[in-house]
Amino acid sequence: MELWRIPLDRDHIQTMQGVVYILDERCKGCGYCIEFCPKKVLGVSKHFNRKGYHPPIVKHQTECVNCHFCEIICPEFAIYSKPLSVTESQNPQVTV
Amino acid sequence: MSIQSDQSDQQTHPLDDLLRKDRIPHIWCPGCGIGTAFSACLYAIKSSKLDLDHVSMVSGIGCSGRGAGYINLDSFHTTHGRAIPFATGLKLANPDLTVVVFSGDGDLFAIGGNHFIHAARRNMDLTVICVNNLNYGMTGGQVAATTPHLAKTTTTPAGNPETPFNLPLLAYASGATYVARWTILHTRDLTESIGEAIQKKGFSFIEVLAPCPVNYGRRNKLKPLDVLRIYQEKSIIKHFASPSELHLDLEKGITLGKFVDQDKPTWLDMYYKTTRKKS
Ligand code: SF4
Ligand code: SF4
Ligand code: SF4
Repeated sequence: MELWRIPLDRDHIQTMQGVVYILDERCKGCGYCIEFCPKKVLGVSKHFNRKGYHPPIVKHQTECVNCHFCEIICPEFAIYSKPLSVTESQNPQVTV
Repeated sequence: MSIQSDQSDQQTHPLDDLLRKDRIPHIWCPGCGIGTAFSACLYAIKSSKLDLDHVSMVSGIGCSGRGAGYINLDSFHTTHGRAIPFATGLKLANPDLTVVVFSGDGDLFAIGGNHFIHAARRNMDLTVICVNNLNYGMTGGQVAATTPHLAKTTTTPAGNPETPFNLPLLAYASGATYVARWTILHTRDLTESIGEAIQKKGFSFIEVLAPCPVNYGRRNKLKPLDVLRIYQEKSIIKHFASPSELHLDLEKGITLGKFVDQDKPTWLDMYYKTTRKKS
């Protein structure tokens, strides 16, 4: 995200991580999700879907903060995000 | 940390339960803003905690009028301009229903203009969401009652000589109890506003500015992403701004926000009070 000032509490604020899912066949390639993702997670793919549009692809998965903006700006119900599940056994410090 | 990509629900969009999935992809053109406005409406209905068996949607004719056909609730696609009288009948026959009218500017304010002002005057308990794309999209981009002055359309190739309606002012002057305006880029505020309007007793009106890239955009050299950038750069959120100052001028700036939120008895309250007096 383009920040004009770095928040003072930036290093101890926890941001959520998200996973974004794309339903390629619903996409009409408007580019809204790519343009308005605050973390620039998405890019234009080279491949076509069945209708001939270029759906978005995930370029920087770990940057996604699960803000859902791509999901709510999409006119086609073609993209959504979910929180990244943390497996406790692999990361025992994290408690729910 | 590991990504648990849950394959089983990977292809289920959070709104799929409210959509008639067999009709998706919908007919709206690439970059058309109606889909986003419709999505905001579905999120608002979903988070309202209302009993969905008692929520219904009514649309008229036009691109936005296709909305009713995509929601997986009781919904009605009515004749041109008649979404509001149909919704009025629905509400009066079954006052427990929450009735949402989702339609376009041409349907609600040109052929259906009279119905709009009278439903607002009567304070009929409806929520009216008007997707304003500034022209008649479905019929090929003719000038509408909402087309900005000097804008080009198929029927005004030299520019529109007329002055468009100021929709929030019209709604306020006619008696609406809730009036707001948002763009599809402000979809979070829009969703919240639709949620408020649905809960509000009385006539609620929300204008949603949305690009029509195929007709309006093409003739005015506005690509869909450019329109969203204009929304981002030129809009000012000013709650309770005076409705008379809300003329749409994309060059000067677009005022958004919630402009009116007042309480008045609804038509049904007044009707019962007047005609069913206890003796
Ligand atoms: S959820 Fe937010 S951060 Fe993640 S891809 Fe979508 S818009 Fe970008
Ligand atoms: S916003 Fe939706 S339709 Fe537009 S490019 Fe992204 S996924 Fe495709
Ligand atoms: S004609 Fe315009 S309003 Fe109608 S679906 Fe296409 S872009 Fe949307």
